Formats: sequence, structure tokens, C-alpha cells
Amino acid sequence: MITLIDYKAGNLTSVRKAFTFLGQESVVTDDPSLVRDAEALVLPGVGHFCTTERLATSGMRDAVTEAIERGVPFLGICVGMQWQFGGSTEAPDTEGLGLFEGRCERFQTKLKVPHVGWNQIRRSKEGEDSRLLAGVPDESFVYFTHSYRAPVVAGVAAVTTYDETFASCVERENVFGVQFHPEKSGDTGLRILKNFCDYASEWSAR
Amino acid sequence: MSTGITKRIIACLDVTKGRVVKGVQFVDLIDAGDPAELAYLHATSGADEIVLLDITATSDARPILIDVVRRTARQLFVPFTVGGGVRSLDDASALFDAGADKISINSAAINTPEIITEIAERFGSQAVIIAIDAKRKPGVAVSAEGTVPAEVYLAGGRIATGLDAVAWAREAESRGGGEILLTSMDCDGTRNGFDCPLTAAVAKAVSIPVIASGGAGSGDHFVDVFKAGCADAALAASIFHFGIHDVRELKAQLQSEGIPVRLPC
Repeated sequence: MITLIDYKAGNLTSVRKAFTFLGQESVVTDDPSLVRDAEALVLPGVGHFCTTERLATSGMRDAVTEAIERGVPFLGICVGMQWQFGGSTEAPDTEGLGLFEGRCERFQTKLKVPHVGWNQIRRSKEGEDSRLLAGVPDESFVYFTHSYRAPVVAGVAAVTTYDETFASCVERENVFGVQFHPEKSGDTGLRILKNFCDYASEWSAR
Repeated sequence: MSTGITKRIIACLDVTKGRVVKGVQFVDLIDAGDPAELAYLHATSGADEIVLLDITATSDARPILIDVVRRTARQLFVPFTVGGGVRSLDDASALFDAGADKISINSAAINTPEIITEIAERFGSQAVIIAIDAKRKPGVAVSAEGTVPAEVYLAGGRIATGLDAVAWAREAESRGGGEILLTSMDCDGTRNGFDCPLTAAVAKAVSIPVIASGGAGSGDHFVDVFKAGCADAALAASIFHFGIHDVRELKAQLQSEGIPVRLPC
């Protein structure tokens, strides 16, 4: 059972629909006690980084941290991935989880911001054995929509270039994150979500 | 240096009474099939995105067909936009709940621009597409500064607003719109090509992506709208429905012209 965290930032239907398509049961909740006891966690998210402030004030942040420490598989999508870093200049007073080093910053490019559309992911050296990207060919196309990007630091499994090169996938032990939207990225995205589901069912069977 | 981002090809389904239809300037509608089946077909043949427009929701003053949206979204794993008759945050919420990733607003955005901000604050700017139907001002030429005088129309092109297309696109962006879907009423249905000067004028005036629509008839038209028109995405309906163009074949042509596209797809 996948637990999707609802913190009133955008729309969870698409993510949930993808899990249903993969034959994976899911539940949506805003209750920290259910998150604490979850078998697998997904934190979707779109829009402004400040929405993650709600996670701190609702007690959700502590629940997520406890679950991660217990080894619960955790996938952050878009702003959900950015939250795994130290924070974002989009909302400087809102703290991230700090699981990965550095902060997210706005694209400095002369190109259009937001970065919207299909772009390619390339594995980093560290990402060669990525469980999340297993079976996904290098340079596969995935769908992005964001204005802030995460730095390329330890734990980054794949990068993408939009004038600047940024972290598009992170992975460390039971923590996974993607800047793009796997639920909107065709077969490539479904494969990534399936890899997460497979890891989650292995973990809960243990 | 390559920017990495690809130009998007968007397949549009014009829907009325739950069926996909195609006509020229909204008359002589021909039945083109079931929305869910066609959306799936387009997505699996290489379309980067699907747009479903309920073309009679506004003129019939009725809400969009939620069950059609839900059924279409079920098997669709590329971005899915729905528009036509979105008048309130509640309308938008119902569409997102049914599986839309973005909503497209046109008349309501002009009548009550606050709705743009309201929906963007709740669902994010990336989920709000501002659809602009524009018509060139007759007898007014493109100026030396590159301004392209064009007037915005609402209610499916029935009512002139007096708004300038470029100025309205800028305002829509400042209110929280995430993308502009620009339809040239002069070109729509002609299959003679997109309005590249107007598309370029809007694309240069805003920093959000601009989707060009109206006039697609050949692969060369797409090449033109991505090069001369500076479009970030191009939308077409009939040429895809009746198989005149295979999306992959179109993308291969674009790629050979040096335009980055999602291929293989």
C-alpha cells in the first residue's frame, strides 16, 4: 500500500491514477499518524516551495522523518524532491529535510522560465546502479515543469540540462526523488514508478 | 549549446456531446470518434500532450462533461489539458479531480481575470493555460517595431473584446497563467499554416511557454511556427485525427530541420 501525502499543494489524481494503472493500491492522507506507520510514502507537489511549510506546521515533517529513519521507501516528486534538499531560495524561511546537500535556486538562464516540457535524463556515475532508474535507457525523455532547480551534489542519480545542468533524480538508501513528473512521462515514467513499487513491496515483505 | 528542452506537438480533441468532432470554423461538424480512444491513440503515436476542448460548453452555458474527462484520463500518461466552460475554481477543481493536469480558460479569464490567480494559487501556475483566440486587425500592418495588432475574441470567437492579444498575454502571465494557447482565428481551419508573426510577437512578450494553434496543414507549417514563430509547442486537431500526419513522421521531419523533438517516443 502506497501512502500519498496530501498537503493541499496541487492535485494528486494523476499520481494516484498511475499507481492504479500499475495495479498498486494507494491511499491519500493528511494524517501524520498514518504517514508514520506507512509501508511506502509518496510526496507529490507542484507550485511554490512555501507550500511545504504546511508539512512542518501540521506535524507531517516529523512523521515523514520518523518513517524515513525506520527505512520506509520514500519518493518525492517535483517540489517533493526539492523538499529533500536544504531548502529553496523560492521560500528562504522554509526549511527542507536536508537529506541532500545544498539549496534549490531559480534558473539563471536567459531561456524561458519555467522549464516546461520533455527533456532528457542522464545517469550520473553514482546513478549507474540506481534502483529507481533500473531498465530506463540513458537519455530517456521525461516531462518537467518547474522554475527552481536542485544542485548536482552527492546522492544525485541523474541530471538534466536546460542551459544549466541540475539534479533530476536523487537516490540514497530508501529515499528517492524526481524533479520531473513520472506520472506524466509515458512508459518511461511508469517504469520508474513501477521500480519504486517493486522496491516498496520488497521492503514491506522483509 | 543545446538547451535540452524539446518542442512539443500537441494533439487537440474538439468535443461536443461527448464525441470528437471536426469542422471548419465550427460549422459542418464531422464525427471523428471517441475522445478516450483518440487520446490514447495520439499519446501512443508520439503526441507529447493531449488537449480536450468542449467546444459547446460555453455557448450552451453548461458545465464540461466530467465523465468524458475521467474516462479519457484513465489510460493517459502524458500531460492532459481540458478546457471549455471553466468558469470557477470549483469547475477547475472538478476537472483536476477527474484527471486533468491543466485547465484551459478563455472567456472566464477575460470576464473575471481574478480567476487566473485563484486557480494558480490552489493548483500551481503550471496547471493554468490561458487560451487566447485572436484575430488580426484588418488593414493594420505589422509595425517596424514588430508589434502585430490583433484583437482578442471570446465565447469561441463570437464576441470581440477590444483587448490587444499581446497586452492580454502579458497580463495573463502577470496574474499567474502558466502557458498561453494562442489560436489565430484568421488561420484556424484553413490548413494554410500558423500565424507566425503573431505567435512570435506573443512568444517574445512573455516568459511562459506559448502554444501555437490554428492553420496546421503540413509538416512545413510546424517547421515555420517553431523557427519564425518562436513557438514552444504547436497544436493541431484534424490533421492528426484523419491520419494525414503521423506524429512520429512529423517529428522526424522537424528533427531533420534541426528542431529538437522527443524522438524516439
